[in-house]
Amino acid sequence: MIEFSFWDILRNLLLATRWTVLLSLVAFIGGGLAGMLLLFMRIGRRRALRLFARYYVELFQGTPLLMQLFLAFFGLGLFGINVPAWLAAGVALILWTAAFLVEIWRGCVEAINKGQWEASASLGMGHIQQMRYVVLPQALRIAIPPTVGFSVQVVKGTALTSIIGFVELSKAGTVVTNATFQPFTVYGLVALIYFALCWPLSKSSQILERKLNVAHRNH
Amino acid sequence: MSLIEITEVRKSFGSNEVLKGINLDVDPGEVIAIIGKSGSGKSTLLRCVNGLENIDSGSISVAGAQLQPDELHLKALRLKVGMIFQQFNLFPHLTAGGNVMLSQTVVKKVPKPQAEAMARKMLERVGLEHKFDAYPDELSGGQQQRVAIARALAMQPIALLCDEITSALDPELVSEVLAVVRGLAKEGMTLMMVTHEMKFARDVCSRVVFMHQGRVHEIGPPAEVFADPKTPELKQFLGML
Repeated sequence: MIEFSFWDILRNLLLATRWTVLLSLVAFIGGGLAGMLLLFMRIGRRRALRLFARYYVELFQGTPLLMQLFLAFFGLGLFGINVPAWLAAGVALILWTAAFLVEIWRGCVEAINKGQWEASASLGMGHIQQMRYVVLPQALRIAIPPTVGFSVQVVKGTALTSIIGFVELSKAGTVVTNATFQPFTVYGLVALIYFALCWPLSKSSQILERKLNVAHRNH
Repeated sequence: MSLIEITEVRKSFGSNEVLKGINLDVDPGEVIAIIGKSGSGKSTLLRCVNGLENIDSGSISVAGAQLQPDELHLKALRLKVGMIFQQFNLFPHLTAGGNVMLSQTVVKKVPKPQAEAMARKMLERVGLEHKFDAYPDELSGGQQQRVAIARALAMQPIALLCDEITSALDPELVSEVLAVVRGLAKEGMTLMMVTHEMKFARDVCSRVVFMHQGRVHEIGPPAEVFADPKTPELKQFLGML
């Protein structure tokens, strides 16, 4: 039997962490872009688009991420499309992230005083111009802390992709455990690595919140 | 020909009819004060002229631009009438100068240097040229309102709507804003203002409109309206003050 040193375990986990980080980034950036698009639909003038965005959010917030991963992975397979695990994981996480970001951002847009819409309208701006120059700059500022806070959920959400066989940190933990028979050490390390990824994010969310609030009061 | 033509305008919020057939023509250079109790429809009327509220029937036109609910017509209308609000509604993320420049560059596509020159000129006109780089929350209420006036003026409207523009101000700040409005009136700007400043209405306005329960109840030159109110409602309203 091969002996695994602590360093072997840690090295393998850290190598897999790269995929967790990459998947988180893909989900967050992709979800951010999709979320922005959905946001414009959700608060736009077209009723059909508004409804689409609303039901989209309800569907993805109302079902477990795990089911979404299964559906993306196995569902498309039914149609003869062979979906690799990384693709299913990426797509499902992007769609899931988007659904949550839309709602966070919609709240921020709606927090902007009605007077801002009226004043910009009275100056002749159209809807897109009002959004682009008046409402979004103010909304984004209040959106930063909750958005960064939500990114923690995304990082932790990537752990679920281990179930469809994507080898990220959690999956690597299982693999290494099976080889070493040291579950406590391995999963302890896995948890610590997740913590090392998430803690700075939640901390920076708190700091940003304090900073932006102060900035909002005095400029 | 009248500059602002308001004809048989009706407007309801749900089952509550707030404007019950308003007719009012405003000539170029006229300064109209609209007075009346709260709930009489005076603010709603003003907001309709700028298209911030849709009207149910009747018509409103400003210098030939008709009020229609689509964005193109609204834009054309709003380029002719500026509006100033009770709560100032400055854009808090932009400096005073930025506030005055934004709509010029975005709506009229004025190049930045020209927009900035215009902004400086307009801020000077309201006595705030030294506050170009100040953010709204570094300004007093009176200063904010004057920036809002400069912002509206920078779009070179032919008429201005003022919706209780001094009501949110501390008493000692009211006069600086009114002084600016007085200056505009003197220069021949057409103004429609909802106001509670009776003394100002008396001194500056060419006509006073008294609104009561969604109708123009009494209208005339201030000397007449204030000295010799014809209806008991107006008598009571003036007596209340």
